[in-house]
Amino acid sequence: MPTRRTFLQGLGCSAAAHPLMTSVTFAQAPWENRLVVLILRGGMDGLDVVRPVGDRDFPALRRGMADGGLPLTGFYEMHPGLADLAPLWAAGELGFAHALSTPYRDKRSHFDGQDLLEAGTGMDVPLPTDGWLNRMLQTVPGVEGETAFAIGRENLHLLSGPAEVANWSPETRFGLSPQAERLLQMIYADDPLFRAASAEAAVLARDIALDLADEDADSDMMQAMGQGGASEVALAAFAADRLSRDTRIAAFSINGWDTHRNQSRELERVLKRLSEVILTLKQGLGPIWGRTTILALTEFGRTARENGSAGTDHGTGGALLYAGGAVRGGQVLGRWPGVAEADLYDRQDLMPTADVRAYAAWAMRDAFGIDRTALETKVFPGLDLGDNPGLLL
Amino acid sequence: MDDAQILTVRFGYGAGGAAEIGSTRQMLTALRGRDKVALDYPVASMDDILALSKRFREARSARRNGGSGAERAYRRVLTETRTRFGTGIQHGIARILDTDDPFRERLTAFWADHFTVVPKNAPMRALAPTYIDTAIRPHVAGRFGDMLKAVVTHPMMLLYLDQTASIGPNSRAGQRLDRGLNENLAREILELHTLGVGGPYGQADVRELAELLTGLSVSPDEGFVFRPRIAEPGAETVLGKRYGGQRASLDAIFQAINDLATHPKTALHISGKIARHFVSDTPDQTLIDEMAQAWTRSSGDLAQVYAALLKHPSALSPPGAKVRQPMDFMVAAAKALSVTGREVANASLRDLRRHVAGPLAAMGQPVFGASGPDGWPEEAAHWITPQGLASRIAWAAAAAESRADAIGDPRAFVETVLGPRVTPGLRIAVSGAETKAEGIALTLASAEFNRR
Repeated sequence: MPTRRTFLQGLGCSAAAHPLMTSVTFAQAPWENRLVVLILRGGMDGLDVVRPVGDRDFPALRRGMADGGLPLTGFYEMHPGLADLAPLWAAGELGFAHALSTPYRDKRSHFDGQDLLEAGTGMDVPLPTDGWLNRMLQTVPGVEGETAFAIGRENLHLLSGPAEVANWSPETRFGLSPQAERLLQMIYADDPLFRAASAEAAVLARDIALDLADEDADSDMMQAMGQGGASEVALAAFAADRLSRDTRIAAFSINGWDTHRNQSRELERVLKRLSEVILTLKQGLGPIWGRTTILALTEFGRTARENGSAGTDHGTGGALLYAGGAVRGGQVLGRWPGVAEADLYDRQDLMPTADVRAYAAWAMRDAFGIDRTALETKVFPGLDLGDNPGLLL
Repeated sequence: MDDAQILTVRFGYGAGGAAEIGSTRQMLTALRGRDKVALDYPVASMDDILALSKRFREARSARRNGGSGAERAYRRVLTETRTRFGTGIQHGIARILDTDDPFRERLTAFWADHFTVVPKNAPMRALAPTYIDTAIRPHVAGRFGDMLKAVVTHPMMLLYLDQTASIGPNSRAGQRLDRGLNENLAREILELHTLGVGGPYGQADVRELAELLTGLSVSPDEGFVFRPRIAEPGAETVLGKRYGGQRASLDAIFQAINDLATHPKTALHISGKIARHFVSDTPDQTLIDEMAQAWTRSSGDLAQVYAALLKHPSALSPPGAKVRQPMDFMVAAAKALSVTGREVANASLRDLRRHVAGPLAAMGQPVFGASGPDGWPEEAAHWITPQGLASRIAWAAAAAESRADAIGDPRAFVETVLGPRVTPGLRIAVSGAETKAEGIALTLASAEFNRR
């Protein structure tokens, strides 16, 4: 059920979009609230990140977990890699939802799992070409070029589709004269694919090109060869900057969750990166943090039992993380299914008791006032939203 | 456009001006012949890399123990691993620029992508070019089953997909160490390397194949080894067929690999991938079917599969449906700008980083940096994004600038490079450029040049 405050925020949003009340700062945006969606690629192990230590069947499944879990509720502990976010939990600005999944089942392929997570559809229809965040934008009048930003080098399926979305990646620079730029537009005119990309490419490069820092001769080859890509922290800093202006939605990916081995070390490493991303957003957003919701979603959870190499393999049910000044944190949402062997999915994975899309849908409803019918028919066709889990204040 | 020009664009790196491929028959004959250009630009042998990685381990542990000069010694070996990686990439490009058999190079790139690996540390980076040279390249015109065997017994793949961490839970070592399976490689063999994700397998097959694959391992000093002590005892059933028995053996694994390699779903899955890579993102189904039939008929003889591809009318349909991936774009541009293999081979590591590796990453295709074992996407729309295109343009501008004096008149350049593919609009734009360099850059940045 929506609280009084979300209702008022909803009103605030439409007021901001009203022509008589707009100021220059938010002239382009239909709302004032902010949403950041992080795609955690590789399959985050929900059972290790948010540990159900109060479940008596749990300890036997996981013997090699990193020590030093941080108590959340009587039942759950948080992985020590998220220690930097403990103050957020205490302040009610960090929460989790557990035992959820997309509708993807059984083949446990990253690629299909991520496709479905970003498409937002069920297994019963062909994969649409647009992503659910783009379809949400399609339901809103007044969305403009910079309302939503897909950040990073990849082509983010989540935000792709007919609604206009801006793209940004670091390390892109143009080196042509204005005349050559004009000629380029001319030569691309007959090729729709190149024409569509080139208009934005020109603006992109002129407006927001970053200079590449001269590389440290001793820096790791991976980084030096550009293989590490821009660090996610740089992406977060860019996102915070844009969100402080006309942008309302930003999305990017954090890779590295496929912890088949040495999970205690690998997971710690990537959770620290995630923490840094969230803290970078908080710092960069300043006063806007209070209006911000961050959702961190992954394609699936991992096997309930550890595998033979101190890691876990691809599974089904998992967890999501949410944070921000606009959220009702300090809670772990979701109905816990238990991890006794008979309670597991396929006798091997955490049983999903909720659809991750429902959480995303309620977050968009509470942050942007998107209509329930639109969410259930257009954004996530065929999804039953159920009751409001109360992610936002 | 004549056949030779079409073949050059579709199956080589040329852009259709001066044809580098004469006929389909010439392509197949060249493939059967010796791999001459590989000798001109050699890549480090497995033994070299094993020796280097041994020195790396020693230097690293000496550095941990401290001691004077240990840090510097470690840095030296680290630099050597980078140089090997860099040389591997440079020689790979040099081969493409100098070869008279470009189809072999395109095939090597295709199969290296099919069996994608992403190095995780310095020694693995040094090993990556050697992996392609030893497990992929010798088999591009041979049997698919042989390539698959070479890949799943190569340290690079075993390390990348965690096979080295997989131990039969009931093996002697498994019992003693209380360790068990890691199903990563088994899953990707079924999902990516053979049947495809829509294939007729389930979780039980993944599990059983993972059990069957136990024993495939890597020794720091010898490279690939089969270790019966970590292999799961007993037979395993994959796709309804039993493999192995009491004693664990490499033979049982190879039987399963051979069956997967010649499975009709594998034939269909990979024929579709080849067709999508070379012809169109949405190829004609009869093309895929004819290739798959050739595959099944010949038990996965890839030369026969290519022959079926080249015989189909799609092979000579007008090019342009595909977009060149960044590496192909860059090499095709270098060729157009008359860059020689020797120049690339002699370049410094710093130049490689600045002019090749960095820009490739910005275009969306970092070297050996695919985001997962499924390799790079094929769809044109994936590559021609605003930032992807902006990076191609920026690189084209810089490359054109550095070669403009040698190239001369851009109006002649655009005709030489694109031949009959020059459109009137592009011709006008190139003549309207303010400088020679910009005229050349426009040619390289054009949709015509970026498509194939």
